[in-house]
Amino acid sequence: MNNRVVITGLGIWSCLGKNLEEVKHSLYTGKSGIGMDMERKAWGYRSGLTGIVEAPQLKGLLDRRARVGLSEEAEYAYMATIEAMKNAKMEMDWVEKNEVGILYGNDSSAKAVSEAIDTIRAKKDTTLLGSGSIFQSMNCTVTMNLSTIFKLKGINFTISAACASGSHSIGLGYLMIKWGLQKHVICGGAQEVNPFAFGSFDGLSAFSIRENDPTKASRPFDRDRDGLVPSGGAATVILEDYESAVKRGAPILAEVIGYGFSSNGDHISNSNVDGQVRSLHMALNGAGVKAADIDYINAHATSTPGGDRTEAQAIDMVFGESKPLVSSTKSMTGHECWMAGASEIVYSMLMMQNNFVAPNINFENPDEASAKLNIAAQTTEKNIDMFLSNSFGFGGTNSSLIVKKIK
Amino acid sequence: MTQEEIISKINEFLVDEFEVDAEKIVPTANLRETLDLDSLDYVDLVVIIESNFGFKVVAEDFINIHTFQDFYDYVNRKVAEKTTA
Repeated sequence: MNNRVVITGLGIWSCLGKNLEEVKHSLYTGKSGIGMDMERKAWGYRSGLTGIVEAPQLKGLLDRRARVGLSEEAEYAYMATIEAMKNAKMEMDWVEKNEVGILYGNDSSAKAVSEAIDTIRAKKDTTLLGSGSIFQSMNCTVTMNLSTIFKLKGINFTISAACASGSHSIGLGYLMIKWGLQKHVICGGAQEVNPFAFGSFDGLSAFSIRENDPTKASRPFDRDRDGLVPSGGAATVILEDYESAVKRGAPILAEVIGYGFSSNGDHISNSNVDGQVRSLHMALNGAGVKAADIDYINAHATSTPGGDRTEAQAIDMVFGESKPLVSSTKSMTGHECWMAGASEIVYSMLMMQNNFVAPNINFENPDEASAKLNIAAQTTEKNIDMFLSNSFGFGGTNSSLIVKKIK
Repeated sequence: MTQEEIISKINEFLVDEFEVDAEKIVPTANLRETLDLDSLDYVDLVVIIESNFGFKVVAEDFINIHTFQDFYDYVNRKVAEKTTA
């Protein structure tokens, strides 16, 4: 089978806004979502910088039974998914009668786990955790909760692949539909944003310490970058088989045409040019397009010195002749980790739908590697027919997605 | 804590936590049916009772609790036992 796979719904809950419209405005104006969390400093964090993400108010939207099982990241994912389902015109009565699946990226639920263990230690009694703790604590908290809330009957599991989780979820959803195993899959990525979640990452000295100027701290590809800024939220991308989507009258927003993946087979935290290049080539070959066909690259670039340099070298190796516009939206969002691969598809889709490339803010001076790229430091009006989005994670997991405009 | 205070506190957290209409809580009504409790909800009820009244419910205690009145009487008894002890 070689079914065409289209995007019919998008939803977002991030530090750039609580819906597509707000996020589109932030992207266009280059607005940063970064601030300081003083609680982290009190906890002994090296950096208190973080994406500032609002907590959803779910009372009135969901009943108690549904709410108690939702972890912080699952709440974000619920909000992103109801927006995506609404604009995909997926009504609940239709969903209940059809086989809709869910593949969502998530790789921790540290707050739920930590709070449960604290309660057990304090009370010496596991029955005082309440019924929701287990459903909040597992890595699959998003898929187990959303599949229940939305009464989903198709494929149902979580993808844990570090900072490429969200991207792989879309890639796997794409393959499921392309191969005829599913017709409708809710994909996405979620990331908790709290002091429990990022302590061990902070301990690696991977975070920017430019605390006196939070909106300038995340500066991918800039010569003076000093680390990433952790962030989160959730993003949902609904994929469907083209024929089925047309048949049910769904809006066809774009087509996913390529998914490349690879493993570095190298260092656990350092990135690797060869692994990234293999992922890029696989995506291009699978899509049957040339490097020159790509109008825009949404880079993974997180603002770490080593990671950005490696990606710049990999992009230059593959796209050195055509030099498409490149930007890292992490300059505004910070690193949305497990969510990033999905949110960056949403951000790139908003750019494609509205004919602009969002700026790589804080890109003031290139280094030797980034000087070879065509980086959009300012918002650029541009028709995008095809974009590529990179996501790379610890353990050397790489993912590249290619999305094409429907004409 | 008087019996009236205990009943008032119970009704308050049932309305708040289980989102049931206050007027549906009458002493003779069936607790499980009125609150639409499943096995997981009983786990939460244990937590709520512990945090409000400071004693631990064992699951078997629920076997003989059918109406709201049964529930009030049970909590009253346990609170009294705790005070005496």
